[in-house]
Amino acid sequence: MSHFLSPIFAPGFFESEAVHIALAVGALVAIVTGVVGVFTVIRGQSFAGEAFSDLGTTGGAGAYFVGVGTLWGFVIGNMIAAGAMEAIGVQRVRGRDLATGIVLGAGIGLAALFLYLYTTEHSTTGATVTILFGSAFAISSTTLPLIAGLSGLVLTLMLTIYRPLLLGSINAELASARGIPVRLVGALYLLALALAAALAAITIGTILSTALIVGPAASALRLTRRPLTALLAAAGIGIAAMWVGIVLAYDSYHWPPAGQGWPVSFFVVMLVFLTYLLSGLPEARRRRHADRAAPASGRLQPATGRRRVLRFHGQRLDGREHRRGRRGGRGVLHGPTRLGVRRPRDPQRLLRRRRRRQPDRRQHASRPRRVRGRRCSHDRSARPPRSARRRHCARARGDARARFAVPQPQPGVRVRGLLAAVRRGAWH
Amino acid sequence: MSVSGEQTDAMGRETISVAGLDGEEVLGVEGISVRLSGREILREVGFRIRAGEFTGLIGSNGAGKTTLFRVILGLQPPAAGRVLVAGHPRSARNPLIGYVPQKFMLDPDAPLRARDLVALGIDAQRPGVPRPSGSRRALVEEMLEAVDAARFADTRVGRLSGGEQQRILIAHALIARPRLLLLDEPLANLDLGSAHEVVALLARIAAEQQIAVLISAHEINPLLPVMDRIVYLASGRAVSGTTDEVIRADVLSKLYGHHVDVLHVHGRVLIVAGAGEDTDLTGHEGTFPRAEVLT
Repeated sequence: MSHFLSPIFAPGFFESEAVHIALAVGALVAIVTGVVGVFTVIRGQSFAGEAFSDLGTTGGAGAYFVGVGTLWGFVIGNMIAAGAMEAIGVQRVRGRDLATGIVLGAGIGLAALFLYLYTTEHSTTGATVTILFGSAFAISSTTLPLIAGLSGLVLTLMLTIYRPLLLGSINAELASARGIPVRLVGALYLLALALAAALAAITIGTILSTALIVGPAASALRLTRRPLTALLAAAGIGIAAMWVGIVLAYDSYHWPPAGQGWPVSFFVVMLVFLTYLLSGLPEARRRRHADRAAPASGRLQPATGRRRVLRFHGQRLDGREHRRGRRGGRGVLHGPTRLGVRRPRDPQRLLRRRRRRQPDRRQHASRPRRVRGRRCSHDRSARPPRSARRRHCARARGDARARFAVPQPQPGVRVRGLLAAVRRGAWH
Repeated sequence: MSVSGEQTDAMGRETISVAGLDGEEVLGVEGISVRLSGREILREVGFRIRAGEFTGLIGSNGAGKTTLFRVILGLQPPAAGRVLVAGHPRSARNPLIGYVPQKFMLDPDAPLRARDLVALGIDAQRPGVPRPSGSRRALVEEMLEAVDAARFADTRVGRLSGGEQQRILIAHALIARPRLLLLDEPLANLDLGSAHEVVALLARIAAEQQIAVLISAHEINPLLPVMDRIVYLASGRAVSGTTDEVIRADVLSKLYGHHVDVLHVHGRVLIVAGAGEDTDLTGHEGTFPRAEVLT
């Protein structure tokens, strides 16, 4: 197995214990951040995640300075941050300004002091990089139970407050009218977010933890309309980004500069970003499709851009346009107005136009066209010279009968498969 | 039903109260007064609503409509008075009241279909994740049909138009089988056609399901054809009764504390303040509108 997969998984990938721990922690963290992140995006609280990345730095730096585990530092730092935000009122926009200016600034200042003291004492800058950018391969197996416990705690909390939180995130008034203690649910959610940010910080660092919380969730929101599916999708995207990031980081040991692996957090954040960009595609596709399907019949549309003037249906061309060839091309409208009238979209007309341009290549029609004996279906302008016309038209008639027997996909036939469903935009 | 008389409150001010109707009473508001940061918002407001009645709570902006709703919902403790729901003092979690809030701002990308929001109406206050079940789905489907929203049931709530969101919110409130439905300014941001549809829908629900509907609005005319009763709120006080009893120059003049004219134009009502000879505009704190026209 390692032979044919070795271009993907560098040797030793499956044997390394550090990789095992990284994969396990990565998956756990991705699930937690995905579930929490969906609500962060719905509630528009990615700012709170940002605050956790700042105060988590303080906590992590303090942990190094004091000499306890970094995760404890992150957890305690984020808990303090959550309490401060709840006290200041991060829910209010004005409160955010204050929090940014005063609390977060003070936190980063404290982090700077701790890191300065630690790095000058130990004459190494490893702590700074570990806190800010994480080190998924350097997680010791002793922290694994703690990480698993915290993940379980956050997930249990989130699933418990799922319904009240969902309604409260949509409309606080609606929730409080039902007797839901909106403030308490919000505070519990902030606690979950604080722990999720701490877990994200231990894998990809405090600075990038927001990306792991918000990124997969934002992508998931573009892909699905259902709340529970969004949670699952966000967790799935997170796990995929994490695992692929770990594989790439492991492989990057053999990339230039030789002998130095690239950081996991770089790959994870880039993959999350890429997923976000790609997740917009089905939506854009669907929207383009909807625009095209919108009825344009008889609607007046201003001629904008490159003087692309649509002709009225059946309008005569003037000599200059004849010289330029092709009907239906770009041209100047010699009429009282520069507004064009878009003709109703007619599949038969599109087909005729295509045929006109390529007289010998018959296109598929959406509906068999009955060709009676006397007339050739070719457009007059594209008719072959008189000498060849008889044979040509006869062949065209024959072709028409044969070609139009090709079965067309029926509307209403479901295209099976995940990819097909995404392409149809069915998840919207 | 008529204006029962004038009472005098503790501070010697004259209040107007209207006696309730006999019959199955769903909501009783008794002498509610509310003060917010020293300012008196509501003063001795009282009215009753029976099952199946369509009641309009009419008042201009700042008259205290939303505050009164918050009191009825139990979100705002009143300084005086009490609220009875189906004859009992209301408790904090009262499933008998369905509520449709005024504004609804939601991210268009929020992963919540109209169907999901209606389903949240069943038991959003319970902890845990709902288990999908056939009866749940059937109930949601039935509610969506009832508000004529099946067509956009699978659209994200944030992408619906104002009128469509109103329908979904009404279904969300109705699915818990309330006895009373409160709607805070449901017509405020709707175009005329949607407003008419929502009003017709609510009137049908009130009649068919014997639900009392209390709907607040600053315009009286969209509601005129369907209102059984009206609660008119002005300068913190209220007067209630049928439309003919309340929308009269003498009753409203007493409520406003200055002369008010009521004009009937093509079946619509215009209430014009400050047009009378005995009105002293300058002496009235200068806060009330020179001519308040409710079209």
